[in-house]
Amino acid sequence: MSAQGLTGPGLRLDRLPRRRRVNRLMEGLAWLAAAIAIAILGVVVFSVAQKGASELNLNLLTKPPIQFSLTNAPQGLANAFAGTLVIVGLATAMALPVGILVAVYLNEFAPASIRNGVSMALDILNGVPAIVIGIFVFGLLVVGSGQSGLKGAFALSCLMLPLVARATMEVLALVPNSLREAGLGLGVPQWRTTLSIVLPQTVGGIVTGTVLAVARVAGETAPLLFTSSLVGTQTSWNPYHALQTVPVAIFELSESPDPADHARAWAAALVLLVFILIASLGGRWLATRSRTKMLAR
Amino acid sequence: MSTTIEPTVRVETTRRQPMPPRERLETIFHVDGLDAIYSGKPAVKDVTMEVYKNLVTAIIGPSGCGKSTYIRCFNRMNDLIPGFTQTGTIRYHGQDISGSNIDPVAVRRNIGMVFQRPNPFPKSIHDNVAWGLKVLGMRDDLDERIERALTRAALWDEVKDRLKASALSLSGGQQQRLCIARAIAVEPDVVLMDEPASALDPIATQAIESLMHDLKSEYTFVIVTHNMQQAARVADMTAFFSISQGDEGQRWGELIEYDATEKIFTAPSDKRTEDYVTGRFG
Repeated sequence: MSAQGLTGPGLRLDRLPRRRRVNRLMEGLAWLAAAIAIAILGVVVFSVAQKGASELNLNLLTKPPIQFSLTNAPQGLANAFAGTLVIVGLATAMALPVGILVAVYLNEFAPASIRNGVSMALDILNGVPAIVIGIFVFGLLVVGSGQSGLKGAFALSCLMLPLVARATMEVLALVPNSLREAGLGLGVPQWRTTLSIVLPQTVGGIVTGTVLAVARVAGETAPLLFTSSLVGTQTSWNPYHALQTVPVAIFELSESPDPADHARAWAAALVLLVFILIASLGGRWLATRSRTKMLAR
Repeated sequence: MSTTIEPTVRVETTRRQPMPPRERLETIFHVDGLDAIYSGKPAVKDVTMEVYKNLVTAIIGPSGCGKSTYIRCFNRMNDLIPGFTQTGTIRYHGQDISGSNIDPVAVRRNIGMVFQRPNPFPKSIHDNVAWGLKVLGMRDDLDERIERALTRAALWDEVKDRLKASALSLSGGQQQRLCIARAIAVEPDVVLMDEPASALDPIATQAIESLMHDLKSEYTFVIVTHNMQQAARVADMTAFFSISQGDEGQRWGELIEYDATEKIFTAPSDKRTEDYVTGRFG
């Protein structure tokens, strides 16, 4: 705007105060919305911490639960933590290689039409409610042969796959084309260039995507209700049996009449929440680091 | 505006050996009626020329005349661009390498390339040269091959004490010479250079030009440059490309004149070449 316009005879000031008021009001509303979003997280973390703190001790992680306990013998949810470790670990082992290969195919080899189609399919899969994945795996694998940790892991890996694949595609797209050309220009086949030149550039981003995917599925309950929930109280690491998991344990304990069970459920929720917070923050930190590293070139 | 035709580019003949007579030259590429097309839009139309072995051939012309597109046809680099098609033939030692039955990997194995911007791998200096050698099965005397390539690229003395350092720690000119070392280490037949010095300072440019000069007894160089002095200094043969315009405003690159460098710069046959090399255009 020219300085002349500010002093010129045509300048209209009559509606300026009203515009300022509207501007301030809208700004305030936006600020309030942001504050509400943060407050919700704060309230959740605070209330879970408050209610779970009393039962948060080493026993929670190391001692199995005791059914119909009449004494005050220490008990915990070791079976659930062991089961979550096994199931999430297996789910990662299933989703990670497939997710990376899907992303490599789409970004490095597929023609644009296939890339767009499959990317959309991944986004839709990402939006499928977890309980639908649970029913799907239940119908596919559980009916007739029973639950197991392995089947639970498969259900979770279906949720992880799109997350891992999309995150990997994002970092592959950041790898400069000049590097691919450098490899191909030497007369090296494309698969070899992808494997030794392109993929090593994306390790940071793949780790990030995987960490975020793990954080997401570690708290999933619905798919596990169908696939790995009919369990005893012993701690088991055998994925061929149904394994207890933290979210399912929280769900079951919350329905118990014993207030001590409620406290343990809150404590387990707190552990899960802290794990997810740490994993998300760690994932974000890794992502920033690998992105600045790649863009620095 | 001056009315006399005075070339702005002095053709330096002292540093270059005289070119052998045409009939003694061996043709390495026969380009015949080549059209390069991006999604239906021609970038270069109807190029016919021969590239001779053990010479430096320069391709000059204004921006947008398709020089880079054209040079990338020689090693099928355009295959990577979606929607790119090419008609006509490029025969390499008599064999058409532009057909879909030819494996581009095999073409690139014989015809190496140095790109406009230095693009070293984010690996050590040593590994930048070693990677291609290892992948292509040239593992014998690896260190010797690396030293020889780096020496030829006039980089060895500067990096011999820090081969384990990251290639990204080198200066731009050193990175480009590393890319040249990487390209010649795998012993190609032809080295294509797409404006190899456009991102470099004059000293690094001179280093690259003199290494082309020293290496042309073993390799054939095709170099794209928008720097006419550079073409005059390094090239034996020079091809001038220009932009032609169709009736409906479509633009494409065209080969205007192809001749010995001295001829192009001192006695061009085409008016457009003359306008370009005398600095009246582009």
